[in-house]
Amino acid sequence: MQTEATPSTWTSGLILAGLAAVCTALVAVTHSRTAPRIAANEQAYLEQSLKPVLQGIEYDGNLSESTITILPPHELPGDEDVPVYRVYADGAPVAALFVVRAMDGFSGPIRLLVGIDAGGSISGVRVLEHRETPGLGDLIDADKSDWIRQFNGKSLASPPVAAWTIKRDGGEFDQLTGASITPRSVIKAIRETLVYYDKNREDVFAVEAEAKAQ
Amino acid sequence: MSSDTGILNRLRTGIWEDNPGLVQLLGLCPLLAVTTTFVNGVGLGIATLLVLTCSNVLVSATRRLIRAEIRIPMYVLIISSLVTCIEMIFLAWFPSLGRSLGIFIPLIVTNCAIVARAEVFASRNSVSASFIDGIAMGAGFAVLLGTIGAFRELIGKGSIMSRLDMLFGGEPMSGLVLVDGGFLLAILPPGAFISLGLFVAAKNALDRRKQQTNRPISSNTLR
Repeated sequence: MQTEATPSTWTSGLILAGLAAVCTALVAVTHSRTAPRIAANEQAYLEQSLKPVLQGIEYDGNLSESTITILPPHELPGDEDVPVYRVYADGAPVAALFVVRAMDGFSGPIRLLVGIDAGGSISGVRVLEHRETPGLGDLIDADKSDWIRQFNGKSLASPPVAAWTIKRDGGEFDQLTGASITPRSVIKAIRETLVYYDKNREDVFAVEAEAKAQ
Repeated sequence: MSSDTGILNRLRTGIWEDNPGLVQLLGLCPLLAVTTTFVNGVGLGIATLLVLTCSNVLVSATRRLIRAEIRIPMYVLIISSLVTCIEMIFLAWFPSLGRSLGIFIPLIVTNCAIVARAEVFASRNSVSASFIDGIAMGAGFAVLLGTIGAFRELIGKGSIMSRLDMLFGGEPMSGLVLVDGGFLLAILPPGAFISLGLFVAAKNALDRRKQQTNRPISSNTLR
């Protein structure tokens, strides 16, 4: 057996290299053609998904421009990075949107988008991602039931902190038939986010946005 | 070379006799995962059809350059670049469908139906024949995905063709809602296996019946 490179080995290599170049060119051209559209779509999707938690709030500008990330360890629910969208109107902060993870869901963490207005009241909550039981726990999804909308306008003052749980536990909020672990975990996450916001309001808006710093 | 009947024959082979999903049972991972609705099934079916046709054409066009020892890396190169392009095209023009199919668009790379057609057919046949083969096999896969998707959606959610806007644009459509809610099992993973099993069984039963009616009369009247 010869291990030396034969002419045919070279041709094979050259063919492969040539084909790789052609394929790379194809991908590059497609990318340059589609990149602006994809970016615009993502922007629109983000705006679309943030809107429901900004009920009744007037804001200006681009929602994704003033994003910060709160790194662990923090007192927010979950132990991961928490992106925060800060919303302004005429340069004054009007709301902050937190993406947090409720860690004690029935089947795995539940990702939530929690919107809090300048006064500390909930401007809306949406479930971004969950694996709760279809038909029971998944009623936390805004498409499936109105359950998640009962938090609109609530704050740490009304109801008082102790009542931020389901009715079965002596709280203020509806449970879901057949599922109490899921709502308990969601409510706890919202309450913790409210508490964090209450304590750190100044800091949340003081930090320079990443987008501006870049 | 390939006359009209040849094309029809190839289509028949791809969609019915040698359907990549139903008969060859290739590409089961996407088939089972995305067929929760009609739109998802058809969307991934179309994406697969596009990749399969383009890869068949490219493999066939370069088949004289392909040496046995480098053919697999060449297939991988061609298929993965095509899939990357298709994913970007979906995200640019069908963003909600692209989002709904998620990881399963990039995973078309791993659909063995595509490599199988490249190896078995495209590397040995002319560009035009490979093109038709890609369309036929892709259509077979897409039709199956759409059918299973529609079936599972109907049983599991009680609706037909919801969210067609993901393909054609416009406002979100709820489709034809027959019953509110359905038999949940159908859209859960076990439902995927059960549905596919039913479809394979139905096809085999149809084929067998056809075979029996074609059998000469003498063998039936023996007793």
